[in-house]
Amino acid sequence: MAKGVLCDANKCIGCRTCQVACKQWNELPTMEMVKDGVLQERPKDWVNSGTLENPPQLSADTFTKVRFREVEHDGKFHWVFAKIQCMHCEEPACAEACLVGALEKTKDGPVTYDDRKCIGCRYCMMACPFGVPTFEWEKRWPWIRKCTFCADRQGGGLEPACVTTCPTGALKFGEREDLIVEARERIAARPDEYVDYIYGEREVGGTSWLYLSPVPFEKLDFPTLGTEKVTINPERAMSAVPPALVAVAALMAGFYWLTKRRQKLSQASAGDQEEKEEVTK
Amino acid sequence: MMQERRSFPLGTLILTAVAVLGLGVIMYRYLNGLGAITDLSDGRAWGLWISFDLYCGVALAAGGFTLAGAVYIFGRRTYYPIVRSAILTAFLGYTLVILALLVDLGQPWYIWHALIYWNPHSPLFEVAMCVMTYTIVLALEFSPAVFERLNWRVPLAAIRAIQIPLVIAGIVLSTLHQSSLGSMLLMMPETLDPLWYTPILPLLFLFSAIAVGPAMVIFESTLSSRAFGHRLGADILAGLGRAIPYILGIYLVFKLGDLVVSKELGLIVSDSPHTILWWVEVLGGVVLPIIFLSRASVRQSKTKLFWCAVLVAGGLVLNRFNVSWLALGGREGYFYFPHWMEFAASAGLVAWAIIIVMLANRLLPIIHHEEVAEKVPGEPIDTTQLAARGGQVFEGS
Repeated sequence: MAKGVLCDANKCIGCRTCQVACKQWNELPTMEMVKDGVLQERPKDWVNSGTLENPPQLSADTFTKVRFREVEHDGKFHWVFAKIQCMHCEEPACAEACLVGALEKTKDGPVTYDDRKCIGCRYCMMACPFGVPTFEWEKRWPWIRKCTFCADRQGGGLEPACVTTCPTGALKFGEREDLIVEARERIAARPDEYVDYIYGEREVGGTSWLYLSPVPFEKLDFPTLGTEKVTINPERAMSAVPPALVAVAALMAGFYWLTKRRQKLSQASAGDQEEKEEVTK
Repeated sequence: MMQERRSFPLGTLILTAVAVLGLGVIMYRYLNGLGAITDLSDGRAWGLWISFDLYCGVALAAGGFTLAGAVYIFGRRTYYPIVRSAILTAFLGYTLVILALLVDLGQPWYIWHALIYWNPHSPLFEVAMCVMTYTIVLALEFSPAVFERLNWRVPLAAIRAIQIPLVIAGIVLSTLHQSSLGSMLLMMPETLDPLWYTPILPLLFLFSAIAVGPAMVIFESTLSSRAFGHRLGADILAGLGRAIPYILGIYLVFKLGDLVVSKELGLIVSDSPHTILWWVEVLGGVVLPIIFLSRASVRQSKTKLFWCAVLVAGGLVLNRFNVSWLALGGREGYFYFPHWMEFAASAGLVAWAIIIVMLANRLLPIIHHEEVAEKVPGEPIDTTQLAARGGQVFEGS
């Protein structure tokens, strides 16, 4: 059975302790805004939304962050917090894309990354429908970085660091199947507080991380995705490769044989003509 | 004329400067990381190098397998005099692609991992395998020119003995990876504009590559015949021009047919800026060349033929830029425009390739121009000369 996390935006208070716990466990540096008492110049693409959301984007040093959104829904104002990180897809595009198989969906749930295989092509970053994997652009020896679902902690029987530290129970770790059942129960118990939708249950074939929200997910800037796994068309194309290989090779050999045969015939007929000419002489 | 070419012309000087600057930029990248010389970001992980060097580079090098196929498999011996230069430019094109990837990859020193860690599900894996193998095939296909120059008879005989299997291998490998470059983008149904995203993208990639093959041969042969003073029979390039409308026609039918079948034809009149890109690509790079090249008067004029080839190649370049960059959505909150050093690195690599082509044309027997007499258009082809050439083509096979 695969693990998952249920993230309930109604229970999240936006304290961002999960961000801190993630940095601590993964030994990620903070973004230094003040150096030697001087406020540093902000990165050129630094766009904060004006609330307490910080930093602006996931990056090689930030595997998770809480997204803050001020949303009007059904005539009511909502200040919604949603933790974002790798969704750990059931059918991950990144793993399908990776030519060396550095990314892998494990049977326990996490999509793991092996930097001993990676060559840094960044196809995973392009393929991910959630825009999650990041890259160490400034390093001479750069790797792909993303949330690991604390696979190392899970291996030791622990919950992910963010779940352990969450003070309100907004994050719940467990079997993915059980979490879906619980999510349904929560919606049924308070239908006026939740939209009747579990984000991640079916998106691109399902994800290990599941979300509940008081407002529609597109208002939280969650990508609106189909239920079909995104790898379906490349899979079809790749399965056509072996037959295409054989067919093209056979076809070309056939054409070559025809060409040779036509040449032989035309040479033979030319030879006949010469002979005839000689005879008539 | 001769006097002029012996001196060190301005063009060569500029070319050398661009090549050296490119080399400098690439060194700088290895010392300081990708972030130092590119405008790439987490929001746009692939940029100019993937669009231009990989996507356009591989497609524009399609002249090698299309011409080798026409000459050796389909027996079109008319094109024999230019097949060698087509194979050389294809070989250099692929070498360029690999060198550019060595700049673009985060861990270029681990590129050999592709050989030992296989993920056969990945379209990129197939591209990597095919590009590597095909580059070796192209080197072997071109090697007779070197062996002839050095007068090495044994390796020459060996290559001649496996010539046909090599050509077939080249066609198979090209079919696979030209289409797989399209399959790679199938992984992005959510970000690639539906005007371009289609399950038959691999097929469209293959057709457009086959169409641009002869166009690039026309383009390069015209330029090199001017630069090196080779004389080419007018019928040779005109014949290539005749083939292009048919291939582009099939491509267009599939491209439009797909939009009709998927009921997305309305997209071509929507008011998104992508629509303009689509129209420029399809009208300029497909429809116009089909119309022009269907006219004998255009094909017989070297200048008009050349400009038609430029249209076809330009349309292909725009198509590849569209699917791998312009019509491919990035992440929210990021903007990408290539850093000047990205342009410098790409231009530098192209400059190196041109320099090598120039050297090869001086040092190696690329074009058998003594065999090719300038022909008056419409004059029947001299069969004795053809037979003589044909004998050489199939020698040892």
